[in-house]
Amino acid sequence: MNSTVVLNPELATLSRIVVLAALTLYSIAFLILTVALTRRAGAKKAKDALANKLELVGISLMTLGVVVHGIGVLTRGIAAQRVPWANMYEFSITGSFVVTAIYLLALIWRDIRFIATFVSGFVVLIIGWANTRFYVQVESLMPALQDYWLVIHVSVAILATAFFMIGAALAAALLMKESKFINNSKLKGVKIIRNVLNVFPKTEKLEKQSYQFNIIGFILWTFTLIAGAIWADKAWHRFWGWDTKEVWTFIIWTIYAAYLHATATRGWDGKRAAWLTMIGFTAILFNFTIVNLYFKGLHVYSGL
Amino acid sequence: MSSPQPSEKYVVRKEYSEPIEAPDLSFKSWLRWIWRQLTSMRIALILLLLLALAAIPGSLYPQRSADPNGVILYFKNNPGLAAWLDGLQLFDVYSSSWFSSIYLLLFISLIGCVIPRVGVHYKALIAPPPEPPTSLSRLPAYKLLANSEKHYKLSKAEQYLKSKRFRVVAEKGSIRAEKGYIRETGNLLFHTSLIGVLISVGLGGALSYSAQRVLVEGETFVNNEAGFDSFTPGLLYDSKNLTPFSMTLDKFSTTYDYKNPNNYGRPLDFIATVTSKLAHHNPTQAIIRVNEPLQLPNSKVYLTGNGYAPVIVLRDADGTVSFSGPVVFLPQDSNLTSLGVIKNPDAKTKQYGILAFFYPTPAKLKTGALTSGHPDIHFPLLTMNVYVGNLGLDSGIASNAFDLQTHGLKQVAGGKSKVKAIELKGGQIAELPNGLGTVEFKGIKRFASLDITYNPGELYVLLFAILTFLGLIMMLITPRRRVWIRKTPEGIEVGALAKTRDESLPKLVKEIRKAMKKKD
Repeated sequence: MNSTVVLNPELATLSRIVVLAALTLYSIAFLILTVALTRRAGAKKAKDALANKLELVGISLMTLGVVVHGIGVLTRGIAAQRVPWANMYEFSITGSFVVTAIYLLALIWRDIRFIATFVSGFVVLIIGWANTRFYVQVESLMPALQDYWLVIHVSVAILATAFFMIGAALAAALLMKESKFINNSKLKGVKIIRNVLNVFPKTEKLEKQSYQFNIIGFILWTFTLIAGAIWADKAWHRFWGWDTKEVWTFIIWTIYAAYLHATATRGWDGKRAAWLTMIGFTAILFNFTIVNLYFKGLHVYSGL
Repeated sequence: MSSPQPSEKYVVRKEYSEPIEAPDLSFKSWLRWIWRQLTSMRIALILLLLLALAAIPGSLYPQRSADPNGVILYFKNNPGLAAWLDGLQLFDVYSSSWFSSIYLLLFISLIGCVIPRVGVHYKALIAPPPEPPTSLSRLPAYKLLANSEKHYKLSKAEQYLKSKRFRVVAEKGSIRAEKGYIRETGNLLFHTSLIGVLISVGLGGALSYSAQRVLVEGETFVNNEAGFDSFTPGLLYDSKNLTPFSMTLDKFSTTYDYKNPNNYGRPLDFIATVTSKLAHHNPTQAIIRVNEPLQLPNSKVYLTGNGYAPVIVLRDADGTVSFSGPVVFLPQDSNLTSLGVIKNPDAKTKQYGILAFFYPTPAKLKTGALTSGHPDIHFPLLTMNVYVGNLGLDSGIASNAFDLQTHGLKQVAGGKSKVKAIELKGGQIAELPNGLGTVEFKGIKRFASLDITYNPGELYVLLFAILTFLGLIMMLITPRRRVWIRKTPEGIEVGALAKTRDESLPKLVKEIRKAMKKKD
């Protein structure tokens, strides 16, 4: 069935260059956004016209970056003749594309410009790391992966991760804002951070926004888990077998379930819930990196 | 983390009018206290975190359920530590007493929390929106429209709330409205379906079985316990559920990529062509692939592995055939360097065993050692070490067919025996040392590893999982809101309350006010 697949290594190389071009755009955006943020923090007037302009430039560059990035992801898929998410390099470039796209789309719906620096910085790290550490040439799918569930299960997992990432960025902002150390320290560097945090929205707003991204992430993660079980029943003769990746998917689900209970429990909302978000997202990163690379299991698709 | 919060305790005590002199320590009140704690949201939260924490070791240590060979290897490498870890059930985390007690407590807590809420929610569903609190101004969203009778109309508010799908009760001079009942419905659906998932997983697992069978091309097996290589029944498994069938592996084929240099030699497809026969039915041919199991009544057959089974003929010195047939060789790497064992207890002179390597496409490592350079067959090679001595097959103790216990045997070819290991290309015959006879590499067959499973709970697990997902969506995307409007001497009061923190409540109050405005 797959013997007619013709891989295109030249196009894959071109795709890599396009992704690196996107990386350059994101890096410039990150620098400009950082300048905008510190400038805003230092401004005496609440509204600094230059900071606003810089922010606009930064977000425009991110938008341009995401278009270029999208072309890179698409050409990678064409070069491999399949969905571009079958190894660590592809998960990374597709995942970071989705994070940026979701973030930029969410800007239409919610004013969360203040975390643009976090998001662009995070995406720069992912693409940079993927390009140096995870890069592999295009290869065909092993028989176990040749299934339509690859399209559904993995794409929804990536989407869920994107929402959780933005939720975690907002929770991180909340925790920094509430940090006693940052609020009381007399160190000069910390003072600058404090000034930056002062231009962030109020804690209650950060909490609410983080919650909104996390619940969408949780719905998508639940779907990932169910879809994964359906696929596992087809490919591995059981719907659940405590494979290491299944274990971590479960752990992440449980942490976010605890988070949802925390948001509705007095004494556990606010800072504690934000910490749970951070723990949950750390588990996601752990699941994607350490579990993929070093743990023994059936999900051995890193390609490395 | 688990220390009781003073504020909550205080609230409970305040309900008593008399000061409590001695703590009430009767058994019944203790039970009630424990029950109240167990079903509280805070305990559910802590149990969830404990469950996440308890699941971690299962990914750090090999588990008997997922990776039994890993456990055996762990015991071999660290016997002392392994015994200690085993005592803590760290090789069976997900059936361990500590993991089980956490999730059982969690489900008891869940049931205790959900059941009373079903009744409460049912009453709320059939009841009109509740009476307003005494002071509307203390609600999170509130607006007083002072001296506004001339400009605002209650009936318009009623109209507006109804158009926003609120349940509305309008009385003289006041309105009470509520919407978002679906939030609680979804919440209850989610939690009850979760119980459904747990029960279906448990019962399904107990009634299930799974079995393995290695089948060489041309061989047939019957699905009874004797016909399987291994058989794992659930606790409540009943052999009546085993609808009998027989299955023959007609052909096993692999497609390799020879087109793309990036991908050269990689398997692209595995196809097992099988003929299965049910009682009173004609045999039917079907194909099993990695992602395409074969569905038979009360069982599914999966393709989980494959490899080579070289056909070997052993003859005694006088030419009598003492062994003949395909031997399953276990793959050792992705290029299918394979290891096989042949035991020949029927040899005339002396019992002997052979430890053999099969290289489908032989290649040499830098060290000079042989390996396989490709999983497909190109000038295949068999190498053999021969051992003479009692194979222990007559002792009545079951022995592993894939393992040759060389202890107590004398090596007569290969290794330190000073006689070169036997090397055979396809079709060749070689002399065995010590006058044992000859060995012939007659041909190559392929084998498929098949998994045969039955789990009647599967469908219910899926059904409840889908309900869980639906419940989750219903509950997380609907806000539950209450609105009260009433005329007072000061003006018209509009107040709104939400079950969870709801940022757009003030916006709702604003919208109501706008809708109430009389057009001039």
